[in-house]
Amino acid sequence: MRRDRDRYRLFTRRAAMLGAGKVGLFGLLAARLYYLQVVESDRYTMLAEDNRISVRLMPPSRGAIVDRHGELLALNQQAFRVQIVPEQARRLEAVLNALGDVIEVPEHEIARVLRSARRQRAFVPITVREGLSFEEVSKVSLHAPELPGVQIDVAQSRFYPAGGAAAHVLGYVGAVAEADLTGEPVLTLPGFRIGKAGIERAHDLALRGRAGTSEVEVNAVGRVVRELYRREGDVGQELMLSIDAELQAFTAARFGDQTGAAVVMDVHTGEVLTLVSAPSFDPNLFSQGIRAEDWRGLINHPYKPLTNKAIAGQYSPGSTFKMVVAMAALEYGIATPSQTFSCRGDVALGEAIFHCWKKGGHGTLDMHGGIQQSCDVYFYELARRVGVERIAQMAYRLGFGNPLDIELPGEQPGIVPTNEWKKARIGVSWQLGETLVVGIGQGYLLATPLQLATMTARLVNGGRAVTPRLTRRLGSAAKTMPAPAELGFQRANLATIERAMAAVTGPGGTAYRARIELAGMAMGGKTGTSQVRRISLAERRTGVRKHEDLPREQRDHALFVGYAPIEAPRYAVAVIAEHGGGGASVAAPIARDVLIETQRRGTLPRGGTPQAAAPATRPGDRI
Amino acid sequence: MSTAFDNARASRVTIAGKLLLLSWPLVLLISLLFAIGFAMLFSAAGGKVEPWAGRQAVRFAIGLCLMLGVALVDIRFWFRHAYSYYGFVLLLLLVVEIAGDIGMGARRWIDFGPVSLQPSEMMKVGIVLALARYFHAMDEARANRLPSLVPPLVLIAVPAALIVRQPDLGTTITVVLCGTAMLFLAGVAIWKFVVVGLAGAGLVPVVWQFLREYQRQRVLTFLDPSRDPLGAGYHITQSKIALGSGGIAGKGFLDGTQSHLNFLPEKQTDFIFTMLAEEFGLIGSLTLLMLFLVVIFYALLIALRSRNQFGRLYAAGFAATLFIYVFINTAMVMGLLPVVGVPLPFISFGGTHLWTVLFGFGLLLSVSIHRHTEIGRLGYAD
Repeated sequence: MRRDRDRYRLFTRRAAMLGAGKVGLFGLLAARLYYLQVVESDRYTMLAEDNRISVRLMPPSRGAIVDRHGELLALNQQAFRVQIVPEQARRLEAVLNALGDVIEVPEHEIARVLRSARRQRAFVPITVREGLSFEEVSKVSLHAPELPGVQIDVAQSRFYPAGGAAAHVLGYVGAVAEADLTGEPVLTLPGFRIGKAGIERAHDLALRGRAGTSEVEVNAVGRVVRELYRREGDVGQELMLSIDAELQAFTAARFGDQTGAAVVMDVHTGEVLTLVSAPSFDPNLFSQGIRAEDWRGLINHPYKPLTNKAIAGQYSPGSTFKMVVAMAALEYGIATPSQTFSCRGDVALGEAIFHCWKKGGHGTLDMHGGIQQSCDVYFYELARRVGVERIAQMAYRLGFGNPLDIELPGEQPGIVPTNEWKKARIGVSWQLGETLVVGIGQGYLLATPLQLATMTARLVNGGRAVTPRLTRRLGSAAKTMPAPAELGFQRANLATIERAMAAVTGPGGTAYRARIELAGMAMGGKTGTSQVRRISLAERRTGVRKHEDLPREQRDHALFVGYAPIEAPRYAVAVIAEHGGGGASVAAPIARDVLIETQRRGTLPRGGTPQAAAPATRPGDRI
Repeated sequence: MSTAFDNARASRVTIAGKLLLLSWPLVLLISLLFAIGFAMLFSAAGGKVEPWAGRQAVRFAIGLCLMLGVALVDIRFWFRHAYSYYGFVLLLLLVVEIAGDIGMGARRWIDFGPVSLQPSEMMKVGIVLALARYFHAMDEARANRLPSLVPPLVLIAVPAALIVRQPDLGTTITVVLCGTAMLFLAGVAIWKFVVVGLAGAGLVPVVWQFLREYQRQRVLTFLDPSRDPLGAGYHITQSKIALGSGGIAGKGFLDGTQSHLNFLPEKQTDFIFTMLAEEFGLIGSLTLLMLFLVVIFYALLIALRSRNQFGRLYAAGFAATLFIYVFINTAMVMGLLPVVGVPLPFISFGGTHLWTVLFGFGLLLSVSIHRHTEIGRLGYAD
């Protein structure tokens, strides 16, 4: 008994020690729980929310672009693709084969889907085919009961109904490149497109809209359990351009195989109705990612279809520049309209001989005749008196030498040469002979077709510094421009020039054959032929080779600037046909046809209000 | 002698009489714990009885009958068959060693048709039972003699070796700790534990060599969970996030985000405590720990009230087993111990541990009912 009592005492002691140890360790557990669940609770609560909530961006629909009458120039097309969710399909291969009976699904696509199904989580949809026609979509929808797990996904892709006709104005959209990343999260969405060229790029931010967000609860494998909160995004703003889509298409078609550019603008408002560069390209090629061979074809094309020649092509203006020299002479008091010079076919300046385009010469001409017949000798003489500095001053006032800030990327400034310019650029002083050359729009002088159209507009709109513009309305805000500033020209001088330009299409004028005889639509203008190469002395003696015999790249550029109607000028046009030959024979007829069409359309009743282009479905929606 | 009288009374009482002697409060506590477990399994399945809560309820019903049956059997029967049970479990461990099913990269299970058993779990009670019998007739002096210490050490080492080979570190540690607790209760001098403890610490580098790669990873990620936040440390990190985000009052029943969105791994088994703590907060987690503490002290009370050494040793040893279960599991999910895979009794989903614990409680109740029974050296009344 004693032994048992001792043993019991020992046991009790030991049991009590163990019990105490247990209480101590439970205390440790309780302390740990207190630390985790009270002290650190906020931090862990945040981490749990981070785990559970995932914010997803919903890409906004890109704003539509419409022409001045509300006709769609760029819109979002629904691109349908058929997807399959393996989890819902259960018997994946059987469902795919059944789908193959409804729409065409190539054998290797089925194999690809089965392969990806093994690799990814069963609730993630796999794209079976893209680019479904509407008919195929309805077929799939009709057979939906027999096709478990099959769904139609709607994405958006940019579509330009006019194809290549307005490609250089509109530009195109493309995938976001590394350099485009600004930290804005929407740019990282797969498949998101931004404006890469043209007006799409210039107004990209406004067209893009604002992404919506959807806060969703996700589980550990990333599956969306439910949506907690949704903020709808804003559709991109609709952009209304001053372009007339049909006139644009007409002009582009009128170029045919010719390459070059044409611009039509309203002489009072500066609104550009047409801006064509030929050859063009199909901007739709870019909407879903351009294929490498298409891209190579475009950038290696000898006629540079991706360049917008209307704003980025710099050409010698040739005789179209003669009005600038004449205006300088009149405005700076160097000559009067009655100033006459005698043309005998050439003029000597020291050792050099400067030729007129007309062998044998024009005889004695006043300023009116000089412009009407485009006499080179007249303008050599006039330019010599005016001097290059005054010519340059007048050129700047009429819009040359600087970008006109039309809303398109890539606009070039052209060149208005002066003594100072030549020293800075070439390091040599100005020669008097060079002034003569500038007098007929050749030499260092370069201008864009847009600048030529702007010059014409400023000459016939009463001498106001109108600048070209493309946007009529962005979103709900109509773009208003302040009335263009007066250039301070004397009315009489402007009238002299305008009369002379009107006579260019009259009897004896260089563009008489391209005149418009329709009542109230008559066109005035000025032809130009700008040399691409020097004509050698030998050639002059033996007679200039026939233009058609020259290789294309040596042929002259054909130019024409014009306006209509003569009675109350409303539209200015500039046309350049690269290596087209004579301005009178090639460029003027294009300008004539374009101006007829412009005036015809100008009298048409205005189209209705532009339709809102918000699509019924958003990308990511399932139907 | 009242002892003789009680003795005679206990051995003669009818089944009905024994049922009256049963510690009903303990049965109630057990049922309460299971009810909590049922609710958590219901929540783990997203508010559904299937697939866990329902099956676990069936197992509990079977286990409860087992427990009551065991409780009503004379304590001397269990004394006589202590080694048999131990031997039987050891045999099962050998079977596992030879032809066990592979689960989670480890051989742990034996398939008996509809039921599969995990013999290593059964050993947690087996070792207590066997050592209780071994030390039943020993006083302090004899228990401390070195030759007397050899058999119990062998009894601990053999199953430990078999279980660690499965490999199952958590259960091995539990079995060794249960055995150690028995040696301590039997009166083995404390300095001996200290010496062995120090020697063990010295052996850590040696043991490290024998650990499997995944076991080393677990230890390393336990020491620094951030070294592999998406891999092995993921469990610990997500478990701590779940616990911490539960706060004081919890997110509410069925509203635990970490568990229902599957960020929490193995939420119905080893990490079920985390889920409870996430949904019921500090209040819920401390309440559950308090319930376990009450049960453990109830077992200690039964030990102190027993008149026979076998009963005392068994009851106190079983209390230690329970404590080790609860402590390792909860400390593990709180990031205090490496993730070793020990279930939480009554709460975690699983059959073997539930039946093992209920079998153990059956024995504990038997000790309680037969607390006046005297047990001779061979298991018959002296």
